[in-house]
Amino acid sequence: MFAHEFMRNALIAGSFVGLACGLVGYFVVLRAQVFAGDALSHVAFTGALAAAVLGLNILAGLFAATILGGIVMGILGDKARADDVTIGTLFAWTLGLGVLFLSIFTTQRSAGNGTAGVRVLFGSIFGLSTANVRLSVVLAVLACALLLAIARPLLFASLDIAVAEAQGVPVRALGLGFLALVGLVAAEATQAVGALLLLGLLAAPAGAAHRLTTRPYRGLALSVLFSVGSIWIGLALAYVFPTLPPSSMIIAAAVGVYALVLAATLRDPRTGWFRLASGNVA
Amino acid sequence: MVEAAIFQGLSWNPVTDLRELFTYPFMVNALEAGTIVAVMAGVTGWFMVLRRQTFAGHTLSVIAFPGAAAASLAGVPLAVGYFGFCGLGALALAGIAGSRRSLSAESAAIGSLQALALALGFLFVSLYHGVLNGVDSLLFGTFLGITSGQVAVLLVVATAAVSLVAIAARPLFFASVDAEVARAGGVPVRLLGFGFLLVLGLSVAETSQITGALLVFALLVTPAATAHQLTPRPLLGIALSISLALAVTWLGLALAYFSIYPVGFYITSLSFGVYVLVRGGRALRSRRRATAGLALEAA
Repeated sequence: MFAHEFMRNALIAGSFVGLACGLVGYFVVLRAQVFAGDALSHVAFTGALAAAVLGLNILAGLFAATILGGIVMGILGDKARADDVTIGTLFAWTLGLGVLFLSIFTTQRSAGNGTAGVRVLFGSIFGLSTANVRLSVVLAVLACALLLAIARPLLFASLDIAVAEAQGVPVRALGLGFLALVGLVAAEATQAVGALLLLGLLAAPAGAAHRLTTRPYRGLALSVLFSVGSIWIGLALAYVFPTLPPSSMIIAAAVGVYALVLAATLRDPRTGWFRLASGNVA
Repeated sequence: MVEAAIFQGLSWNPVTDLRELFTYPFMVNALEAGTIVAVMAGVTGWFMVLRRQTFAGHTLSVIAFPGAAAASLAGVPLAVGYFGFCGLGALALAGIAGSRRSLSAESAAIGSLQALALALGFLFVSLYHGVLNGVDSLLFGTFLGITSGQVAVLLVVATAAVSLVAIAARPLFFASVDAEVARAGGVPVRLLGFGFLLVLGLSVAETSQITGALLVFALLVTPAATAHQLTPRPLLGIALSISLALAVTWLGLALAYFSIYPVGFYITSLSFGVYVLVRGGRALRSRRRATAGLALEAA
């Protein structure tokens, strides 16, 4: 499995994407901003296709769009937490723009490129070049460093915004910066699992970590462990069974871990039976 | 000259253009289907926005995609997949909402569910070789290939969904605005919440066959959000939401007919444009009122 270069590339890039997603996802879930992550994934789709139509570098378009999208959502929201309806309206339109770019792109170069939209939507981790891998490693390390630098005040602001504000923590700036960071990570993850599936890497490992512990640093570590682990499991599955798409397998692994953790923590202490479980329906 | 390239066959004479819109049966079907979908989305969307369930609504609309993909893989009619998956999704979402956990745990659960749905959809599509180009139409819809049979089914489903909401409208409104007081007043809040998600799933399943899984959400959320900006009164708000949805659907279809760009782009852009105008107008008015108030105080 390690003999193939594409597999090594996928594993290296995937591990770093998992690291970044696990760390950022922990805060995304803590701040109940999963919907913002959902919106960013659609922004990623539109950004990449817009760049493709304009003949620019797709990666550049992707990163510019998601980081900008994060900042816009931060500005629109109250206390840098955009409300769901505003986000929803905004990304419904973004998606419409994405469809426009997709149709322009597919009519522009009808030969051979009809699946470009699908690639952006669902990723192509087995098709990463060595240069791509290097870039995603650098960006993941950058995102993690930035996040760890603001981790303490961000944690404070996420847990009790009023007290943090009274203590002089720049709540608004932190929220904005955090959403921009989520944008960076979203673009990063789009390469690995695609725009539509990156939500799973942000939400599922972090959701599982939050169920297991309330202690932040332990939770961060668990979240990273789950997300990197599910990327490895997913890649291995896709390697062993070539008909299975890697991005689907990665998300299936992540959600599987989440469902297991839910099932383990949902047991009713009195009866020993599972309560009406939400996760294991999924 | 750009206009000539983008808008083909437009004579710029409104009467002839309107007449041409109704010439072809496929266009008549599309307009009928669009009308039905817009009414249904306007009603259910208004309650979805009121209940702050946009994330759940978006997840339901995304679940339509694996439904369709699974149906084409299994060789059963697409509608079976749409309804089956959206029904299951509504069940799961009701379970998540019913477990009364914290906001962050709930959003993580919904997000995971949505990602799983999309991953399954992509898996089914990959297993069903050769339809990779079909993904686009599952996701973004084919407004212009609707049969009269589909319109009839759509009408039945929409009538069912809208009348269910109409029957439960009063208690549902009560439960959505103040769940605690409603519960104390004997309103079955949980049952209503579950029922509403099922109706939402039903209408999403039906709508996404035409607009595609990714664009249902635009019709659900944007006209309703605009209506909520304009008035807090329920009946007026629902009426506004329906009329806005109807207007953008008709206009979007007409624009798409005369141009080379997809209908989804027009519908989302038109509705977003109205939303921005309304929000901007409101912000301007409240600022003017604030300055007027300050001036009064100064005097």
